[in-house]
Amino acid sequence: MARYQNWLLDELKSRGVSRREFLGFCAKMAAILALPSSAAGAIAKAVATADKPVLVWLEFQDCAGNTESFLRASHPTVADLILDSISLNYHETLMAAAGQQAESALAKTVADYSGKYIALVEGAIPTGADGAYCTIAGKSALQTVREVCAGAAATIAVGTCAAFGGIPAASPNPTGAVSVGDAVPGLRNLVNMPACPMNAENITAFLVYYMTLKQLPPLDRYRRPLFAYGKVIHDNCERRAYFDAGQYVEAWGDEAHRHGACLYKMGCKGPATSQNCPVVRWNEGTNWPIGCGHPCIGCAEPNFWDRMTPFYQRLPNIPGFGVGWNLDRIGLSAAALVAAASLAHGIGEIVRHHTGKKPSDSDGPSGDEK
Amino acid sequence: MTHIVVDPVTRIEGHLRIEAEVDGGKVNDAWSSSTMFRGIEIILKGRDPRDAWAFAQRICGVCTTVHAIASIRAVEHAIGAVPPPNARLLRNLIMSAQVVQDHVVHFYHLHALDWVDITSALKADPAKTAALAESISDWPLSSAKYFSGVRDRMSGFVQRGQLGVFANAYWGHPAYRLPPEANLMAVAHYLEALDWQRRFIRIHAILGGKNPHLQSFLVGGMATPVDPDSQNALNADTIAALDKLIADGRDFVTRVYLPDVLAIASFYKDWASVGSGVGNYLVYGDYPEDDSENPELFLPSGIIRMRDISKVEPVDRAKITEQVAHSWYEYSSGDGQALHPFKGETNPHYTGPKPPYERLELAQKYSWLKSPRYDGQPMEVGPLARMLVAYVSGRPARVKELVGKVLAALGVGPAALFSTLGRVAARAIETQVMVEKMGDWVSALGENMARRDYRIQDNSRWEPENWPRDCYGAGFHEAPRGALGHWVHIRDNAIVNYQCIVPSTWNAGPRDSAGQRGPYESALVGTPVAKPDQPLEILRTVHSFDPCMACGVHVVDARRREIARVRVA
Repeated sequence: MARYQNWLLDELKSRGVSRREFLGFCAKMAAILALPSSAAGAIAKAVATADKPVLVWLEFQDCAGNTESFLRASHPTVADLILDSISLNYHETLMAAAGQQAESALAKTVADYSGKYIALVEGAIPTGADGAYCTIAGKSALQTVREVCAGAAATIAVGTCAAFGGIPAASPNPTGAVSVGDAVPGLRNLVNMPACPMNAENITAFLVYYMTLKQLPPLDRYRRPLFAYGKVIHDNCERRAYFDAGQYVEAWGDEAHRHGACLYKMGCKGPATSQNCPVVRWNEGTNWPIGCGHPCIGCAEPNFWDRMTPFYQRLPNIPGFGVGWNLDRIGLSAAALVAAASLAHGIGEIVRHHTGKKPSDSDGPSGDEK
Repeated sequence: MTHIVVDPVTRIEGHLRIEAEVDGGKVNDAWSSSTMFRGIEIILKGRDPRDAWAFAQRICGVCTTVHAIASIRAVEHAIGAVPPPNARLLRNLIMSAQVVQDHVVHFYHLHALDWVDITSALKADPAKTAALAESISDWPLSSAKYFSGVRDRMSGFVQRGQLGVFANAYWGHPAYRLPPEANLMAVAHYLEALDWQRRFIRIHAILGGKNPHLQSFLVGGMATPVDPDSQNALNADTIAALDKLIADGRDFVTRVYLPDVLAIASFYKDWASVGSGVGNYLVYGDYPEDDSENPELFLPSGIIRMRDISKVEPVDRAKITEQVAHSWYEYSSGDGQALHPFKGETNPHYTGPKPPYERLELAQKYSWLKSPRYDGQPMEVGPLARMLVAYVSGRPARVKELVGKVLAALGVGPAALFSTLGRVAARAIETQVMVEKMGDWVSALGENMARRDYRIQDNSRWEPENWPRDCYGAGFHEAPRGALGHWVHIRDNAIVNYQCIVPSTWNAGPRDSAGQRGPYESALVGTPVAKPDQPLEILRTVHSFDPCMACGVHVVDARRREIARVRVA
């Protein structure tokens, strides 16, 4: 460990990052993680003295959107360094090796770091056609995810496809696609980091958390970290005042739309969705979907492709909705009603995936385990 | 005769497997197989056509705008919606930002390590590296001290013993030919480009809320309001921000990317006679410059056949078909048929070996991609096709000028374009042309604001009651990787049928019923292979196309869906 003691601070220096900037970064991380400001010092110490943790990143039925998001991690210099401070031993989109050399890098990591590496999984896992809907090096995704995740210290399902099945599992789920949790029953230390794609700031924050506190963050019942998924979008939305005042966008480009009024009537799923988009925003804090005038589509929620569609249909007008009602308590039922309104997409699918509960149950996805 | 399997082909989007037969140090036959299938077009059936762009967009998170664009264009075509001028400008900006960012990331992060040996960079002399860098560009990050810092950083990385994504590669392979100083310069720019791409793509966050998977598209326009008197709309401040980001992008492309491509290419000129491929090129054209029904396109459409650059043929979209003779699908009329996408059907039917497997059955079906054909012929699509058609068409004039400059700098003739190296050069030329063009669209947006034209959406066709009961539409787009088309059939306000023919399907598809190889397969024939257990050269030719496999695989079939629904219910 000693030879790693100061490499990170040296590397910061070599990249023109001052100690002060680094501590600023740690303070920002503490804020994202909702830790007290005194935790910044502990984060700085932990990050600066850590050995490089070993990661493998598996891609299955994916679009590489989470990989691309990972590349957008902000606070560039330091975030880049945080990525450098990880030994990413397998990642099809980024690694230099190919073919058998790539596969042997994965096999060697699984053997040499058994019980110590972190597995990140992007994409759903198809169970149909004996696994032939996704093979890598002739092996099915199902075989690989089981072999690799079994030996991992923790498994992070990045993006909604890996966390909940996502778009391949949307009705009628032609390939029998399932989430990592369903593909590897009994998997220990599984963390779901959904959203389409996941926000780069959240995966960076997770890794810092894990390196600093040497444990997983508290999770909600969908195994999502509370620091990123503990609050409903609607509660932190910059347009909330318009909702409470009853000022809505009625048509695209109308005066209300141009002046940033509430998008509820245009179909916004912010009241039924838990994520920290309004706080962390995207691409170095530049913007977020509601900020650019489009409704939230609920992409961090289980089965949102079925539950939240049609996207432009408003959440049903439940009595009390809009005047101080605790929306995170009613979020799920509201979303389920949207889906029910469009019969084409399968109540059966919703019920099957909604942890055995009926869509009319009134507890929101983030309303528990707070 | 040696049989080589490269699976996974890495540094691409998605899952690609290449099998090749090597004899006498060269590939004498090759097979391209896509090994992943999701069925997004099945999933689209029955849904609200206004939602389709978001589903289609998830076909790919790398070219994260292209399927959204093609989808809204197809639905607009079907229902008769006409996006207003601001929507056209915003789309042009979003599409061009995608092309510029994607091409830079492809060159540095997906392709460069086929040409650049990182281990050699550690032996470079920083002073000589600075001299090299200053001889090709006035980019300010070029001092001996700077390159010394990069070299030391990489040395420190290697000495720590955890090589991560750089482990186990083909370092020291005899096909690497750059001197240590050129390798060090390229490694420095690999790292700079990693920072650059993140900054530049903020254009997408401004115009789309986030990247990847922008969220500002609407059938009939865009959701991003335009109003210079509002804090919550595109205003003078966002115009200034866009101008700045585009200027930074232009700076990097002009002073780093294009000079690097020329410098690296000068050591690999023999690759201008490798990887020629099918020699037919298809371009739909894109970037409408006006709002008429048949607008002038900044990048023109056209067909070039058999490497004949004396003429460009117009595109007849009725001649587009897909075949499944070697694809894991069935046609109800027989697998030897060729079907136009409006009549397309795709019944997934896997007949390959049960996983885990060692070899595919190459004489039978061997890919999840179908085989698109134009007038029965395989066509290459992408930056090379676009630059060839623009070059021969003489517009935009900047293409002809830049192609001429690049050919002169390398001391080769136009025939050199039909190659692995030609694809690399064409991609860089296109990036330069597009990043120079973007500012015009920002200016036009500003002019519309000055005229108080804030329209972003054709609201007359938003509500389904204003749609025809039964309608068909097709949407076309020039994605970074080439010609993209979506075809949609809408009845009673719901999607009946949806089909995409995607750039990587054109390029990476398998043989057709006549046994004609697809473009990857064809380009690989003749590619040298010095060490069959380290097939670096195969990666060079395949990567020159910039594979995007998740895009390539699609499916449509009513019968299959019914079966699946019964099972789910």
